[in-house]
Amino acid sequence: MKHLLSAGDLDRAQAVTILDTAAAMAATQERQIKKLPTLRGRTVVNLFFEDSTRTRISFETAAKRLSADVINFSAKGSSVSKGESLKDTAQTLQAMGADAVVIRHHASGAPHRLAHAGWTAGAVVNAGDGTHQHPTQALLDAYTLRRHLVGLRGGTDPVGHDLAGLHVAIVGDVLHSRVARSNVQLLHTLGARVTLVAPPTLVPVGVESWTADVSYHLDDVLDQGPDAVMMLRVQRERMGGGGFFPSPWEYTRGYGLDARRLARLPEHAIVMHPGPMNRGLEISADAADADRSVVVEQVANGVAVRMAVLYLVLAGQEQPTVDGQIGASA
Amino acid sequence: MTAYLIRGASILGEGVADVLVQDGRVAAIGATASDDTSAVVVPGEGLVLLPGLVDLHTHLREPGREDAETIWSGTRAAALGGFTCVHAMANTNPVQDTAGVVEQVWRLGRDAGWADVRPVGAVTVGLAGTQLAELGTMAASAAAVRVFSDDGRCVHDPVVMRRALEYAKAFDGVIAQHAQEPALTATAQMHEGLVSAELGLAGWPAVAEEAIIARDVLLAEHVGSRLHVLHLSTAGSVEIVRWAKGRGIDVTAEATPHHLYLTDELVRGYDPVFKVNPPLRTAADVEAVRAGLADGTIDVVGTDHAPHPREDKDCEWAAAAFGMTGLETALSVVQAAMVETGRMTWADVARVMSFTPAVIGRVADQGRPVQVGEPANLTLVDPAVRRVVRPQDQATASLNTPFAGMELPGRVVATFLHGRPTVLDGALVERAGASS
Ligand SMILES: [Zn+2]
Repeated sequence: MKHLLSAGDLDRAQAVTILDTAAAMAATQERQIKKLPTLRGRTVVNLFFEDSTRTRISFETAAKRLSADVINFSAKGSSVSKGESLKDTAQTLQAMGADAVVIRHHASGAPHRLAHAGWTAGAVVNAGDGTHQHPTQALLDAYTLRRHLVGLRGGTDPVGHDLAGLHVAIVGDVLHSRVARSNVQLLHTLGARVTLVAPPTLVPVGVESWTADVSYHLDDVLDQGPDAVMMLRVQRERMGGGGFFPSPWEYTRGYGLDARRLARLPEHAIVMHPGPMNRGLEISADAADADRSVVVEQVANGVAVRMAVLYLVLAGQEQPTVDGQIGASA
Repeated sequence: MTAYLIRGASILGEGVADVLVQDGRVAAIGATASDDTSAVVVPGEGLVLLPGLVDLHTHLREPGREDAETIWSGTRAAALGGFTCVHAMANTNPVQDTAGVVEQVWRLGRDAGWADVRPVGAVTVGLAGTQLAELGTMAASAAAVRVFSDDGRCVHDPVVMRRALEYAKAFDGVIAQHAQEPALTATAQMHEGLVSAELGLAGWPAVAEEAIIARDVLLAEHVGSRLHVLHLSTAGSVEIVRWAKGRGIDVTAEATPHHLYLTDELVRGYDPVFKVNPPLRTAADVEAVRAGLADGTIDVVGTDHAPHPREDKDCEWAAAAFGMTGLETALSVVQAAMVETGRMTWADVARVMSFTPAVIGRVADQGRPVQVGEPANLTLVDPAVRRVVRPQDQATASLNTPFAGMELPGRVVATFLHGRPTVLDGALVERAGASS
């Protein structure tokens, strides 16, 4: 794996390898000393053109726990419309010897350009681009789903398994969501069935080619007994300029997850959210804080998954081992 | 003036005859053509002789964006592409919305001497879409403007569009509309469909183009005016124009080479060289545009040659400029899309790339039949050659050709502008004393 640009680039074996590697990484994180020497001497640059403290910290923590040198490069505020800046920045990072660039950008496809336009030789990891992809979010979601819903269930890691047979509902602003796009591709690759639930205005034209069902009615989908419900963040600004929905109240009434809807889920079903949550809009406090909510765990799993991804793109060719536990190659 | 004998070429692909070019005119055709033994012989065996090509849609960028193209470099590219006349779009800086600016562009074209430059006048002041520019004064100027367009922007206010259509009747002008409903395309980046959904790029719905075309043909019918639809790109647009023509509405339509040949699948690599307005559409749209061009629903091919400096394309998709170059590839693309597919003859190519554009633009001495006494604006094409497009080898000052690296058929061997060769043996004929 040279880069991680899109969840759609991963086949089943690669995806399972990442999840298994993440499981091994997570196991090391339960020790007193969490730091591994694996990426000593390597440089990882967090190149963020868009604010996302939580994603940046997650990648930074992952890289540091693998002993990589981390440079945080916040390009936000530096000319957004002038395209030259991405190229210039990339070439600067190349000159500084970046082995991997973790990029978050407001423009869909920016990581793809960074990887393929000849601006940098390093590995590129997409940390979210526009409304396109957020592959590490999908991987951490898949990892969380597998721990809770596959094998023995309840927080164990069924190494080697995929998500065959699971049904996941993804609810909310699909149109603008890179999380939804990445999850639809990855969960399908791993054998799960995905149902997208949203008002028709928040589903893209062209969704018919996606490997997912589409429903406009959350209650109907809940009646199907999904194994997991993933709530997407809905931005209040989406009401302006043409208006994707008439009011927050009507949105919540149709698509919000509250205690009443929570009660309709099967007992084993889990509730997910990529954060940050709009409590009271797409998810009520009851649902967000319920026992079956795994939102906080998703954050922790994000570090393990990003450790796995950085390890596989940077050290994969050399196949080093972490205390003999990781033998997977990229 | 040197005489030239074009020997053995097939005129419009319909019959082989020698053609003598003398004193700016076609002086003789057939056996008598070789009577003048002092004429320079241009071998034409196996080649096709066409009337000089006329482009209704060229962005020469001067004045204002000489870093992308100048009238000099752009018309050299035109000559190499077989064009003897180009219509220079109005979205320059300053905008071509006054007699002064259109006359300046016209003179720069005349001084450069590589192709006749016919400036397009802006429809509205500053292309702002609110107040009519002085169309009558531009029409009466030395540049004798007949085509008016806010191209790059749509004249979206229906009242302004109605007035423009009506007003241009006084001087036989035509309003050339860039059909793009602005609110439906406020953030649009590419054609809205399967590919945009996957790539997460804001979609450009076909309806944003079709709705304006539908409105405009009805306005043209209502006021009895002439309308030209620029670069139509969707199957629905073809159907609307076909319907309008069936009703007797005085509408003409244009397709670009890229909309005849490329699809939105190319956007998957996020390379902004494929970013263009209107966007590349689906394979079904390309098929409909080809069918429309073949059956006459679409009247002309216009290049929409839109050069951009490197920094405007060497960036992420959203930050990049819209547009692609086209003058030096247009004829080859039309050959590939229409001639080699058996949908059009070379005579049809002459119609859509020379005769009809000249009629729409009211250019009296261009787009004329290859007959004795006609102005010698001629293009000699070798249809048998295949060539790989290399941006750095082109005469245009910009590199943004979407056909880079592709193999295309056909090559312009010679171009004659009012009897003088601008291109011979596939290369520009530099003029002594001409400045760059
Ligand atoms: Zn245009």
